[in-house]
Amino acid sequence: MSWMVWTVPTAIFFSAIAAMLAGMTVWEIVSPTIERKGFLPISTTRGDRLFVGLLCAAFIHLGVIGYTSLSIWLALAASLAWLVVLMRWG
Amino acid sequence: MNKVYNNRAWLLVLPMLVLVAFSAIVPLMTVVNYSVQDVLGANARFFTGTEWFETMLNDPALQAAFLRQIIFSLTILAIQVPLGIGIALIMPKRGWQASAVLILITLPLLIPWNVVGSIWQIFTRGDIGLMGWGLRQLGIDYNITRNAGDAWVTIILMDVWHWTPLVAMLCYSGLRSIPEAYYQAARIDRASKWAVFRYIQLPKLTNVLVIAVLLRFMHSFMIYAEPFVLTGGGPGSSTTFLSQSLTTMAVGQQDLGPSAAFSIIYFLVILLVSWVFYTAIMNMQKDKHSQGGA
Repeated sequence: MSWMVWTVPTAIFFSAIAAMLAGMTVWEIVSPTIERKGFLPISTTRGDRLFVGLLCAAFIHLGVIGYTSLSIWLALAASLAWLVVLMRWG
Repeated sequence: MNKVYNNRAWLLVLPMLVLVAFSAIVPLMTVVNYSVQDVLGANARFFTGTEWFETMLNDPALQAAFLRQIIFSLTILAIQVPLGIGIALIMPKRGWQASAVLILITLPLLIPWNVVGSIWQIFTRGDIGLMGWGLRQLGIDYNITRNAGDAWVTIILMDVWHWTPLVAMLCYSGLRSIPEAYYQAARIDRASKWAVFRYIQLPKLTNVLVIAVLLRFMHSFMIYAEPFVLTGGGPGSSTTFLSQSLTTMAVGQQDLGPSAAFSIIYFLVILLVSWVFYTAIMNMQKDKHSQGGA
């Protein structure tokens, strides 16, 4: 695996993504998602909202890293908050 | 309605998943790993954190390439979509003429990208190329290796030549699927040709047009071989698009860290646009079903 040049932060990142996917699978088995319409202009399932949230998180991080001098942890906090809002009301 | 869900069928997707893991997921993870490090060799690497991303996002050359890329994609869409609809409308509808025209129109689609680049490179040469020589005889100072404007016009012309047939074919198939009854009703109403186009043909074409726009946008956003062969990104960097900037950085200069960061940004932009288009298509179909139409 050394050719993949793993680092601790990227390992944590991918573990978190994998854990989210596994968690979503379990959640889906325990209580299947119902498609609904929230404040987003389209009706979404739980997985759709997670995807939108992750994509938003990526762009929030890029914006903070590239064009502000704010800490990346702030970007992470903002992304998580936005993800929660999306999952609940999106 | 009691639907039985049997999720064991998902196991059949497993071989494909393994294949995708090796062809896409593992390489993508590696790119992410590279993007946060400066890898100098097997055992010499340094963690750089977000530095490459910061550099790439603020690189004026890349920002210029990104802007050029968007201008290019929008320009070819603005030309190819109306032109494709127009061609589809005047194509013969039946008989041997229909087959002949279809074959003629499809020909450019069968030519590999770099061959298209070579064809146009020779075609536009001032000394031996038909177009380049002809324009010079007319007194126009046409030179794609010196004038950025000429290079741009030629690349757009080349892309229009290569890919308008795809839009035309999609529209043609969309037009063929409109039932004759619609046209009969229009004739009874003495609808003008424009009214038939505006209220029958165009609405019925919406779905194929969304697919055409999606395909053409993605394709043109990732364009590489054609401009690379035709102009090599020049003159200067006036026709250097994103994928060529990336190749120069990754393969030419071996700057693996920065190019990995840049790849991820590029990938995210494409992912975002694809998702928006995909959702738009799916929603349009859903709306149609909820209205009870086909």
